[in-house]
Amino acid sequence: MATIEFLLNGTPTRCHVPSDTSILTLLRDYLGMTGTKEGCASGDCGACTVAIKSDTAPHFVSLNACITPAHQLHGQHLLTVEGLATDEELHPAQRAMVECHGSQCGFCTPGIVMSLFTLHSQQQQRPAPLTPERLEAALGGNLCRCTGYRPIRDAALSMQESSWKAPQWVDASQPAHTPLTAPQSAEANTDLFAQPTTLSQLTELRRHYPSARLVAGATDLWLENTQRLALLNQLIDVTRVDELRHIEEAIFDEQPGWWVGAGVTYSQLEPLLETHYPAFAHLLHRLGSQQVRNRGTLGGNIANASPIGDTPPVLLALNAWVELANQDGSRALPLSDFFLDYKKTALAAAEVVSRIFIPQLADDAVLKVWKLSKRREDDISAVLGAFHYRIDDGVMQDVRIAFGGMAAIPKRALQTEAALTGQPIAKESFQAAQRALSEEFQPMSDVRGTQHYRHQVATNLLERLYLSLSVPNQEVMLHAYAH
Amino acid sequence: MRTLTKLDGDSSRARRELHDHIQGSGPLARHTVDSHGQRQAGASSFHESAEKHVTGKATYIDDIKTPQDALHVALGLSPVAHGTLTKLELDAVRQAPGVVDVITLLDVPGHTDIGPVFPGDPIFVDQEISYAGQCLFAVAATSLQAARQAVKLATLHIDEQPASLDPVATAGRQEVVRPTHVQERGDWQTTLQQAEQTIEGELFIGGQEHFYLESQACIVVPTEDEGVMVHTSNQHPSETQKLVAEVLGIPFHAVTVEVRRMGGGFGGKETQASPWACIAAIIARRTGKATRLRLPRSEDMRATGKRHPFHNRYQLAIDAQGVIKGGDITVIGDCGYSPDLSDAIVDRAMFHADNAYSLGDARVTGHRAKTHTASNTAFRGFGGPQGMMIIEAAMDDIARRVGEDPLTIRKRNFYREGRDTTHYGQQVDQKQLLHTLVDTLETSSDYWARRQHIRDYNAASPVIKKGLALTPVKFGISFTAQHLNQAGALLHVYTDGSIMINHGGTEMGQGLHTKICQVVARELGLDLDSVRISATRTDKVPNTSPTAASSGADLNGMAARDAASKLRERLFEFAAGHFEGGLDREGMRLEHGMLIAGIGESERRIPWGELVQTAYLNRVSLSEKGFYATPLIHYNRATGQGRPFYYYAFGAAVAEVSVDTLSGEYLVDRVDVLHDVGNSLNPAIDIGQVEGGFIQGMGWLTSEELKWNAKGVLVSDGPATYKIPTYGDLPKVFNVDLLEGHPNSMASLYRSKAVGEPPFMLGMCVWSALRDALASLADYRVSPHLDTPATPERVMLTANAIRNKAL
Repeated sequence: MATIEFLLNGTPTRCHVPSDTSILTLLRDYLGMTGTKEGCASGDCGACTVAIKSDTAPHFVSLNACITPAHQLHGQHLLTVEGLATDEELHPAQRAMVECHGSQCGFCTPGIVMSLFTLHSQQQQRPAPLTPERLEAALGGNLCRCTGYRPIRDAALSMQESSWKAPQWVDASQPAHTPLTAPQSAEANTDLFAQPTTLSQLTELRRHYPSARLVAGATDLWLENTQRLALLNQLIDVTRVDELRHIEEAIFDEQPGWWVGAGVTYSQLEPLLETHYPAFAHLLHRLGSQQVRNRGTLGGNIANASPIGDTPPVLLALNAWVELANQDGSRALPLSDFFLDYKKTALAAAEVVSRIFIPQLADDAVLKVWKLSKRREDDISAVLGAFHYRIDDGVMQDVRIAFGGMAAIPKRALQTEAALTGQPIAKESFQAAQRALSEEFQPMSDVRGTQHYRHQVATNLLERLYLSLSVPNQEVMLHAYAH
Repeated sequence: MRTLTKLDGDSSRARRELHDHIQGSGPLARHTVDSHGQRQAGASSFHESAEKHVTGKATYIDDIKTPQDALHVALGLSPVAHGTLTKLELDAVRQAPGVVDVITLLDVPGHTDIGPVFPGDPIFVDQEISYAGQCLFAVAATSLQAARQAVKLATLHIDEQPASLDPVATAGRQEVVRPTHVQERGDWQTTLQQAEQTIEGELFIGGQEHFYLESQACIVVPTEDEGVMVHTSNQHPSETQKLVAEVLGIPFHAVTVEVRRMGGGFGGKETQASPWACIAAIIARRTGKATRLRLPRSEDMRATGKRHPFHNRYQLAIDAQGVIKGGDITVIGDCGYSPDLSDAIVDRAMFHADNAYSLGDARVTGHRAKTHTASNTAFRGFGGPQGMMIIEAAMDDIARRVGEDPLTIRKRNFYREGRDTTHYGQQVDQKQLLHTLVDTLETSSDYWARRQHIRDYNAASPVIKKGLALTPVKFGISFTAQHLNQAGALLHVYTDGSIMINHGGTEMGQGLHTKICQVVARELGLDLDSVRISATRTDKVPNTSPTAASSGADLNGMAARDAASKLRERLFEFAAGHFEGGLDREGMRLEHGMLIAGIGESERRIPWGELVQTAYLNRVSLSEKGFYATPLIHYNRATGQGRPFYYYAFGAAVAEVSVDTLSGEYLVDRVDVLHDVGNSLNPAIDIGQVEGGFIQGMGWLTSEELKWNAKGVLVSDGPATYKIPTYGDLPKVFNVDLLEGHPNSMASLYRSKAVGEPPFMLGMCVWSALRDALASLADYRVSPHLDTPATPERVMLTANAIRNKAL
């Protein structure tokens, strides 16, 4: 077990805990700090929201303490609900919650206060209009079963009026620390948590500890611990690997685009997507919650190979590439060759996903991303359709369509694409495409939707596409859901 | 003489400043403005724990510290829905690291059936497994992780059998947890036979997971006299006390149950908090150690019951104007495997199958179907919402049939003069409020102009369709089990003038303790900060009713008021005789922390602190108990007639939605609510109940979908798969108002009305608006079938079906 050192509400703290300890367990069970609550232990309710500031980040960001490894606190500053009020004076977020009657049973309240705190911090640093979209992003990951959210909205809007006289410790420098290292040799069951800082260290560790699990945001991995009680005692943390943290403009395979490090979080990816792929950016707002987007990574979403991961269908439609690295070097392959079967990928035993290449959209190319789920925010797709095309002289070209939730893997709809490619925007083309789509996918029924629904709604998305092209002035979708 | 010492002077001042700050500070604080000077009953005082909530200092069960050697319990739950447990191999469990004790049915010293009202709930499975998630055994270990790991080592031998999961089929086979009940009034058969026209329909109404944010939890500490102290997140401490005592085979007085607060209850902790306390109590007594038990979310969702799914159908006789002349309504509640509270829940569904409308000559039949799922239980509305849904479905259907606007049809069918007796024989008092409410809301929400606008919009929009609906609520207040309509309170005044009030109700976020403190402060003319509630404890107020049926403030508030007014009268008697020169007993009052006697020149003022201290020195008791029993109510189950409710609470809501008829996605664009709480005890808290109830009701009918697999295992067992409303589901425009100027016609607490459950059913307007939008696909000539929850999947499939039929 490694010793971790971090700041806890300004106080230097050292802990010695097993690798599969979450921040929530550390707080509640080891440190006796019970202000942070467990609502679900799966990162879906936000009751355990805390804020963290890393050595590189300019301000505190929210995360779910229940699914974040405590060891990732090493060298960072953790702020919990206990740290906000000073000398009997409440933080503006807390005061606003009291004044607006924002708590009823109070169990979700510490988490909501922490989400409001991070919003308030952002506003203090860079004031910007609190649009409904921003409030939704800030609060969508915090479930409240009592209030119905109106008073929480009022609290978010009214807390801005007061600034926080932050205690000095908020800006305290991080404790000097060296990344956690793994011993040269360790037995299969020895507890280890390693924090490589270079890609070569990472691939060396990968080779050395083949049974260890790679962890980045832990937003999915940690559920194996909290929900299925799997022992996660050998972990290699990829979040400190320098090569995995960058976004670089580049030309690859004769196409301009961007290499995105596998460890880049959704939040870090957002500015690029906002500028170059607005439809993808819009999807990002509906992917998990702010707490999850602050931790989850693009590499994790791909390597996880879930059939209902949100980014793979989009990346497939964009013709993205994935770079895999091992001790001897790296190789790049089209993402469409990466997903082999349910949760099975082309990743070899000693390989890691290092980067993803996202080609730039051609000037006349269009990307549409349509996610269907039971709830608009913080829900997993029943079906996700991504559509890429150009209209050339009234004819569809470069048609690439990919679906999540329709097969065992995120999958291109090749026959559907073929039915549309080179065809005019006409009802007949799209009816042919709908027939092709029905034939090439055999989705399953599960908790998120029946097979029948998935079939029907996927073909309806083609009709939506047709209508959006043929009657461009008509509203054919609700823009809170789709762009 | 000392004067009153303020309990928390600085923070009380700070709070008051904050409060003043809110007054008139713009539209955000619209509903928090306090027009009263003092923060007594009627004022918008903050929740008594608000500052503790926001700082993380409010203590919930799992936050309570216990000794180092406390044990942690994990449960072994059945993975199958129906079968016979032939053998339970637990040796490996016993030998697992950290395990201290493992118990099964054989280790229960006393009663093994912990059914709350009727038998049928074994504490552990003996042989017959009745649902997936049923408790087979329990493991106590030195840590929760050790206990949970050990559970996995059990070897279960189960002879699995097919599970009955279809309540319509089981009700048809008379596989029921309780007998069918019927309410009949008038010659409904003849009315149906001779009707100008009849209309019929059916509806599936899904259940609902409570999803209280704090899952089921308790801590049991053994006490010296073979007893136990139980800390539990629980709406019914007295029942838990009884069951724990019976399971342990000890007298009730050896068990003390304490509830400070719950992290949400909503009915889910009325009967279903007890099993965990019973299990932990057995372990605590066997080991002599403090025992902690909390259910991880997915186990909580699998092991505990939910809101009953219902299958309802109706056949109604209507005239050409769409007015109901009579009919026949059947409701089938899916009760799960045991009775629990299902008898009363299906009764309440029957009592509300009329909602706000006169059914004329009618029969209402309620079946209690047995299925192999967790035993469904109380949930805000207690069957009432499911009952109302069928008549609201009928209103829309009638409107499409006769070609009128659904609001017109609803209004025509409202209870009114000459049509004011329900199918169970109760006259609807204050029925005029329905008309007042709806007329007001119709105007304030601009219903008819928007209706026209929506029709125009829809005519020009092939994919996006808008819908609009106004639905009313009439909800009966009182426990339908008559004996539960009683409450007690215990009031202590200490010699510094501070007051402790205890009562039988529990705090689950609804602000009950705040309201009770306000009642006492008002009765004794004191500031709210002088009054405190410690916790709900069975050794302070005994034999209490559950905090349920919206009755918390009605019953316990009256008991607290009884105690406070008795104490006040005693102090008046004492003061009149004691103080020098004598005080005028006539007109004596307590105001602003003073006893005031006489008027004008002869007015005498004695500070509360001085009064209390003087009374103490003169050996006057400063403690008092209060009691209340609701008058008038009765119901005869043999005839299905009576007056089960003391009064009705009313409300109405209008929703406007936009539906993408290709994808089934939709948005709630605007909601207007007007709700009747009589004279509000605390407008801010009441608004909070109305808004929270609305959103919870909307969630029930839209995104919250319970799903079981074909073998009867719940697959929506966490927030990743079960979607309660989140921030973005808050309607963009959400206008919520309380109906003012209409006190309760009954002598309730300051003429207020219960507010816990009634607003839940306001959410029906969202479902009705979705149907309205879908109906536009066929120019409002068909009434779309839309079971609930109306997920995007159901909405899309309904839209597809209407389109395909139209082609």
